[in-house]
Amino acid sequence: MNTTIMLFLLQDGITNGAIYALLGLALVLVFAVTRVILIPQGEFVTYGALTYASLASGQMPGTAKLALAMGTVAFAFDLFVARKALHGRLIVRSVLANIVLPAIVLAVTLYFAGQKPPVAVCIALSLLIVAMIGLFLYRIAFQPLAHTSVLVLLIASVGVHLALQGLGLLFFGAEGQRGPAVLSGAFTAGSLRFTGQSITVYGITIAFIVGLWLFFGLTLYGKALRATAVNRLGARLAGIRTTLSGQIAFLLASVIGALSGIMIVPITTLYYDSGFLIGLKGFVAAIIGGLVSYPLTAVAALFVGIVEAFSSFYASNYKEVIVFMLLIPVLLLRSLAAPAVEEEKD
Amino acid sequence: MQSRLPILIFAALMAAIPFVPGMPPFWIVLLDNIGLTALVAMGLVLLTGVGGLTSFGQAAFVGFGAYTTALLTTAYGLSPWLTLPLSLVVSGLLAVLLGLVTVRLSGHYLPLGTLAWGLGLFYLFSKLEFLGRNDGISAIPPLSIGTFRMLSPGSIYFAIWVAVILSALLTMNLLDSRTGRAIRALRRGHVAAEAFGVHTPRAKLLVFIHAAVLAGLSGWLYAHLQRAVNPTPFGAQAGIEYLFIAVVGGAGYVWGGVLGAAIVVILKEVLQSYLPLILPGSGQVETIVFGILLVALLQLAPGGVWPWLMSFLPERTAGRKPDTSLKLEARPRPPGQSNVLLQVEKARKQFGGVVAVNNVSFEVQAGEIVALIGPNGAGKSTTFNLITGVLSASSGSISVLGRKVDRAPPQEIVKLGISRTFQHVKLVPDMTVLENVAIGAHLRGHSGPLASMLRLDRADEAKLLAEAARQIERVGLADQMHQLAGSLSLGQQRIVEIARALCVDPMLLLLDEPAAGLRHMEKQQLAKLLRDLRDGGMSVLLVEHDMGFVMNLADRIVVLDFGTKIAEGTPATIKTNPEVIKAYLGVAA
Repeated sequence: MNTTIMLFLLQDGITNGAIYALLGLALVLVFAVTRVILIPQGEFVTYGALTYASLASGQMPGTAKLALAMGTVAFAFDLFVARKALHGRLIVRSVLANIVLPAIVLAVTLYFAGQKPPVAVCIALSLLIVAMIGLFLYRIAFQPLAHTSVLVLLIASVGVHLALQGLGLLFFGAEGQRGPAVLSGAFTAGSLRFTGQSITVYGITIAFIVGLWLFFGLTLYGKALRATAVNRLGARLAGIRTTLSGQIAFLLASVIGALSGIMIVPITTLYYDSGFLIGLKGFVAAIIGGLVSYPLTAVAALFVGIVEAFSSFYASNYKEVIVFMLLIPVLLLRSLAAPAVEEEKD
Repeated sequence: MQSRLPILIFAALMAAIPFVPGMPPFWIVLLDNIGLTALVAMGLVLLTGVGGLTSFGQAAFVGFGAYTTALLTTAYGLSPWLTLPLSLVVSGLLAVLLGLVTVRLSGHYLPLGTLAWGLGLFYLFSKLEFLGRNDGISAIPPLSIGTFRMLSPGSIYFAIWVAVILSALLTMNLLDSRTGRAIRALRRGHVAAEAFGVHTPRAKLLVFIHAAVLAGLSGWLYAHLQRAVNPTPFGAQAGIEYLFIAVVGGAGYVWGGVLGAAIVVILKEVLQSYLPLILPGSGQVETIVFGILLVALLQLAPGGVWPWLMSFLPERTAGRKPDTSLKLEARPRPPGQSNVLLQVEKARKQFGGVVAVNNVSFEVQAGEIVALIGPNGAGKSTTFNLITGVLSASSGSISVLGRKVDRAPPQEIVKLGISRTFQHVKLVPDMTVLENVAIGAHLRGHSGPLASMLRLDRADEAKLLAEAARQIERVGLADQMHQLAGSLSLGQQRIVEIARALCVDPMLLLLDEPAAGLRHMEKQQLAKLLRDLRDGGMSVLLVEHDMGFVMNLADRIVVLDFGTKIAEGTPATIKTNPEVIKAYLGVAA
């Protein structure tokens, strides 16, 4: 192997790793706040990517309709929960958030569909649609289960993954799609070629990591989220609405997922079921990071990306085996170093 | 103990089904699939529902079972009956390997770890040349007895359901035993179980192996039903599916696994065959509906369908009282006699910069009641944890009967005859009082898991239960013996903990705030019990905040404040000690 190939693989690995880092961060965030292991994270990626690609190629993405449908269900859930104490303000607020907003987005999408809108509009619409899906998803599937065990939440998460993946096939078909580059152009440095797209990936990843760091460190909402992660009951007693924390976590996760998808769809062809595997690699990174540490997760993700790139070069057949088996030594180390303290489970 | 009658009826019913005239062969295929799935789900019930260890990797063990027999029967021409034990052994051995790595992981690391190797193994199945890569292995011989070859789904049906019902029986036997109680205590954390000698990592590994062997059995049957294997049914999706089958059925119940398998297999079949008629269009509609139904089902019955169904049946009649005339052998006494049972010398425990216990020394002699008092945060419970091996001291030493036990784990301490209760009650709420107390006698029983499955442990078990019942009567809770521990008041739960500690046959009893939550009368009864125990030769070291209770009961009192011993003496001298008064009231009164 020569230096050029090595540098090229390294670059490829870092680009993929950056995406895994973002997804890993989102998984850590959602788990810490809501105890949900978010298997549908991968669907946020494909929904974001394929919505963007469909819009850019002048098609109408089905996800916009899904958002409205889910909003309607969420509205029904709101009404049902509040049936004993209905009052006007609550209904108006619920209608605005759950029905009017997705309806407006649907109308805008319909307006733009078929006329190949500029890239910025496609990105904005895709993010908005997937963000709403994430938010409604929490309301419909996970908020009613918030009191149950991690296991039940996990199984619900599997159910959601199945449903969303099936819907993905319905909306986007079995054919893979590619989207236009977010930033075109390229430059070379030495023997390496940097495309605008890969620069975008690095930039957005770093921006998100810094942004999350600032959000959790400096803002009141960020601190509320951290408090919820540490102790739900304590946070509630201190007046933090755990529902709000869950909504914020899902909102962030869906936006991060969609953004990751939009960033990779110009590089790789994505299919309706590609998200699962991409999300899982984010998982691997998150586990190496111990599901608690953001910086460690980011470093681990880069590592996963690089290992993947190199193993696809040397032993492409065993690429996935190597990536997933990576976890075993990490887990082994963690077991050996595991403190013998009791974790109180109730 | 469950009655065998419903199981017999179920077995008879299953045996009769193929003989019902006009039974569509398709239904038999469906039942075959349910049986295969139920075997795996049953293992998960034990692993996840009972033991609290979530695994996504079970499909991989099914794969091990299936590939083992597929390879050996096709490439080496072995008889399927010879590969049955081999399939089980391969699954079991790999479970040991993977289990040693993953079982010690806490909380959510475990499910993710199992997901990781589940995926990795799936890719390995599909890439290895000698396993036929993605095409797998075909032309596997059918099962046969003499000249009877089980070629049709109808003939292997019996093999499958015999396996299911036998496995269910063995699994239920296991749960209803000494080992089973240790397994059922796993989910509630390891400190309490270990304080009574349970080796929790070993118990976890055991359930892991049990679940893997059941999965391997399912794989072996699957290979001979399909007569071909390929990697697809052993992937991560399948692993996840097995887990939700167990959860939907009711993860804590053996029959919940079978019910869950029936619900999910039938639901998928119905959706696949009828949904296209209602909603014509592109495929995968059934996956969407299935996913949505799954979430809906969980929102309606988060505990699973089996316990929900069972709640309609009339409540079970109270269990039989064990025959208390059976005697359990006394705990083997360590050699050497000393009047000083416990000696704590300059014990120190630091958590980072906080000194929780600061060079504390005291001793407990045979036949005395010593009280450890002090304001909140004085280091009393930490001292208990140092003595019982839950924590190890930063410096100083602790000796039992003159033997140093500084680094000994809790399982060794209890063998020396030191048993304890906990400040925050650590009982298994969904086990009866009797079963909870019997955990205390864990080290005085000898039957292992295999003996329990085969019911060879009954004599041993009867003695353990008899001892538990005796201790429950001794503390005055005979009427609550068959109630669930979680249904008792907090005060009563503390008393149950004392009965459990007494089951160790201890020489020294460590009680952490035993009187908290008791009423006046109950406190008096407790004091009488403790005096009786002392008069019988037992020593008691107790932490307590109720001064009236302590002053009337204790022979000696040790006072801690901010981790440091500030006084020691008889109740009369402690009452007037200015240091003690200062610690409690702030200034010398």
